[in-house]
Amino acid sequence: MNEQRQPQPPRWAQRFIAWYCRPELAEDLIGDLNEYFERNVQAIGPRRAKLIYSIDAIKFFRRYTVRTPSAVPFFINWIMIGSYIKTARRSLLHNKLFSSINIIGLAVSMSVGLLLIAFVFDLRSYDRFHKNGERIYRVTSVLTSTGDRGKYATTSPKAGKLIRANVSGVDEVATVRSDFAQDARVGDAIVPIKGYWAEPSLLRILTFPMLEGNPETALREPYSVVLTETAAKKLFGTESALGRAILFDTLAYRVTGILKDVPFFSHISFEALVSLSTAEQLSRNDPTVGKWTSIGANFVYLRLRENVDRASIQAQLDAIAREENRAETNTKLQLELLPLHSIVVGETLRQSEGGPGSTGPHMPPVVLWILSGLALVVILSACFNYANLSMARAMRRFKEIGLRKAIGAGKRQVWQQFLVEAVMISLAALLLSFVIFLVLRPQLINLAPEMQRTVKLELTPSMVIAFIAFSVTVGVIAGFMPALFFSKVSAINALRNVSTLTAMRGPTASQANWSVNVFRYATVRRALVVIQYTLTLIFITTTAVGYVQYKNILAFDLGFTTENILNIDTQGNKPDALLKELAELPEVTALSRSLIITSVGNAWGGFMKYNNSQDSVLVMTNHVDENYLPLHDYKLIAGGNFKARPTTAEAATEVIVNQQFLKRFNIGNNDPSQAIGEQVTFSSFRVRNRRMTIVGVMRDFHYGKVDNLVGPVAFMPWTPDDRAVVNARLQSTDMPATMAKIASVWKTIDRVHPLRAKFYNQEIEEAYSDFSTMIKIIGFLSFLAISIASMGLFGMVVYTTETRLKEISIRKVMGAGSASLVFLLSRSFLVLLSLSALIALPVTYLFFETVVLKNFPYHTPVQIAELVVGLLAVLLIAFVMIGSQTIKATRQNPADVLRSQ
Amino acid sequence: MYNGFIIHTFTQLTSEMKGTNLGEFEELVMLTVAALPDDAYSVAICDELSNQTGRSVKLGVVHSVLNRLEEKGFVKSQLGEATRARGGKRKRFYQLTAPGKAALVRAKSMRDDLWGRIPSLVWKNG
Repeated sequence: MNEQRQPQPPRWAQRFIAWYCRPELAEDLIGDLNEYFERNVQAIGPRRAKLIYSIDAIKFFRRYTVRTPSAVPFFINWIMIGSYIKTARRSLLHNKLFSSINIIGLAVSMSVGLLLIAFVFDLRSYDRFHKNGERIYRVTSVLTSTGDRGKYATTSPKAGKLIRANVSGVDEVATVRSDFAQDARVGDAIVPIKGYWAEPSLLRILTFPMLEGNPETALREPYSVVLTETAAKKLFGTESALGRAILFDTLAYRVTGILKDVPFFSHISFEALVSLSTAEQLSRNDPTVGKWTSIGANFVYLRLRENVDRASIQAQLDAIAREENRAETNTKLQLELLPLHSIVVGETLRQSEGGPGSTGPHMPPVVLWILSGLALVVILSACFNYANLSMARAMRRFKEIGLRKAIGAGKRQVWQQFLVEAVMISLAALLLSFVIFLVLRPQLINLAPEMQRTVKLELTPSMVIAFIAFSVTVGVIAGFMPALFFSKVSAINALRNVSTLTAMRGPTASQANWSVNVFRYATVRRALVVIQYTLTLIFITTTAVGYVQYKNILAFDLGFTTENILNIDTQGNKPDALLKELAELPEVTALSRSLIITSVGNAWGGFMKYNNSQDSVLVMTNHVDENYLPLHDYKLIAGGNFKARPTTAEAATEVIVNQQFLKRFNIGNNDPSQAIGEQVTFSSFRVRNRRMTIVGVMRDFHYGKVDNLVGPVAFMPWTPDDRAVVNARLQSTDMPATMAKIASVWKTIDRVHPLRAKFYNQEIEEAYSDFSTMIKIIGFLSFLAISIASMGLFGMVVYTTETRLKEISIRKVMGAGSASLVFLLSRSFLVLLSLSALIALPVTYLFFETVVLKNFPYHTPVQIAELVVGLLAVLLIAFVMIGSQTIKATRQNPADVLRSQ
Repeated sequence: MYNGFIIHTFTQLTSEMKGTNLGEFEELVMLTVAALPDDAYSVAICDELSNQTGRSVKLGVVHSVLNRLEEKGFVKSQLGEATRARGGKRKRFYQLTAPGKAALVRAKSMRDDLWGRIPSLVWKNG
């Protein structure tokens, strides 16, 4: 008794040693550790002694202690695998219902895994075609200014020059400017061309093979342009393009090279590269270009020398930054290296003002982790089904196992047999899931435009190998629990009359041990069902809540009208002619001009000061003409609309502000009417300390997306030197016809560029597209999860009612009614389902209220209805499953059942 | 913590370099085995070494060295009787073999030789 109470070394550690250690060494090694353990218990207490014991057990895993795997069991296994496959096939065919539930469930869930694998493979294949890719880096700027710190993909050209001059260990440096987008003219043909201004060294760093021309010199001279094959074909048809002239704007460029088209899996894509020396000549009068902190639209790529340590380069970059930052007052710039292969899957970088509209395909790893997590849940659910059903049906296989054990099968062999069976099922499921994969692939790609630009999901040999490996892994996971369960059965128990065991709930002493084992696994099974349904319910309620919130966001009252307003991007054309033409269309009821479209994530701004010259505040702005406010139904609460029609930015002195603006500067004691006529000064990257007069105060509206707080906003007059978006309010019963008219009007203004026009509501929808994509994905996964869980439940119900058929018949004979029998049979499942609901609903609620919706300050609270609707759907399906089977069982004639059994 | 590990890797390195020659730590272990005629099992050797050298010697190191010495044929071992201590596990007792003794004697004589060659002058001036 006394000895029992003494602390014992951890059992798992002892087992672990016994497992890996050579038998001749194991005994005295464990003995030694035990001796130390006893000593440590005295010296430092049982808890730390146990810890040390465990650590030692792992530390002794060394070359000389580990037993060498013997070849004999392997050989036996190899012979036996043939037999396992045979029995697995028989058992699959014998139980068609269970096999199909397992195969379909695994196939459906594995197809999600296949999609994810293909997705990850595609993302990982980005930029692998560059030679020496592991030595190529892009410079990231870390910009700190007045409390705000951000990482940008772009870097100042000066940084590129300094790196080239001062950093040792760098092979090549190339500066690239991304804002080349002009119309190319060759003869009469006009083709818009997008590309980069690039230094010649770019073609030495990145591998873009040149078909014609000399890659060393092609980008050296100003006004040289290198075209891709496709762009050359567009401009010159089948004629040779090399050496020909192209007009961009009014300047003549010469084609100095033809590149092979940029591969799909490249983080930068372009139709043309223009020598950077051209851009330098064009902007030589702009003093801001050469500044250390003007990171604008420039990328700097570099290739390190072989065997150069990245840390040493980083130290040199830090030294450059230290030197240069000395001259800066408000803004500090640090440089970092971003490996080429981490550009696409890696940190999210900000876009700088005036920088490229998009920095190419990008996927933050956290999204991949979330998606993997969700896919894992679905796959595990199917694995649970398999484990559940196999263990539930255990009784039918006990005889087989008992026989196997009686004629000499060891634990390991039974274990292997069941694993082989599970792997066979999952391989069969792989075939089906591959078909599902092919069906789902276009759906996934077309889910979002970004998706089309990012992935192709085409099969590669390595992907096929990954699929097979994945399928085997799934099989092992699914089969692990049943295999463990069956391998532990002892031959005597297994061969004992099984049917008496299943009915027996009050075990006699000799059988206690055995039945405890069975019931422990029954608990495991129940736990699996609960976990499965909890996850399923979380999925479906998340979908329901997310969908409602998404709809709420789209219908959100932004503070102005967006109904039937078409925004037309003038794409650099002067808007006047367009306005004139559009005004003649009868369907167009009102027209206005603005610099940007608000409420969809666009922003424009500058710093404002009121009386206090120290208090400078970032204010969001939009430049709008006098028709903009009435067209969008902005509510003016004091003052009036713009009166002056300034023609230059400097002359614009009127400003209309929102309530938050007054609050922030405390103008007129928050009384809007007193604010009229007050003076503020405005500075942006274009104007300095311009005096402006408040002529109107409008009600607060949502300038940013719904997840931003409403801040100070100021509207200023639109001037002809601004870019313009034309806002047209339409009233039409036949929208397609109206759109066609507008398109033909556009043709008269701009023959080259196709019309770019979108309805305001559509723009808003697109602004939240990542949200809707996520909901679609989760919705789809929840559909799968429900199907899989329901199939599993169905299998369980079929099995339990089958095994209790005799009991039901006897009860019926004794006078039990159908209703009470149905209740009897479904009671345990109902308990499990309610338990899952009790866990899932609060979890989902808390998840939304504390994690997701925290980011949306103006959200509507989660309603009970949204939570319950998913639950009801799942319960309904479950009831149909349970009800149909139990009713079927209770309808059977007891005489038939009792006679046949 | 690291001390034991460093010694371990060190002895491994040196023993590889010297072939069947003795490393410093191996020699210490063998001497301890010799010094504990009836009680030379791993834990006792470990304790004795710690006491004598004053540095913390890890069981893992002693264990692997004993194992290697046995492979080289310098020590031999047999399991003792089971007792109630150690969770009923038997101890493995080590004994020097004839080649082991010879190796120790060789090592000692080599040192003595070197010591003998040092002119007494060196010590006085040092």
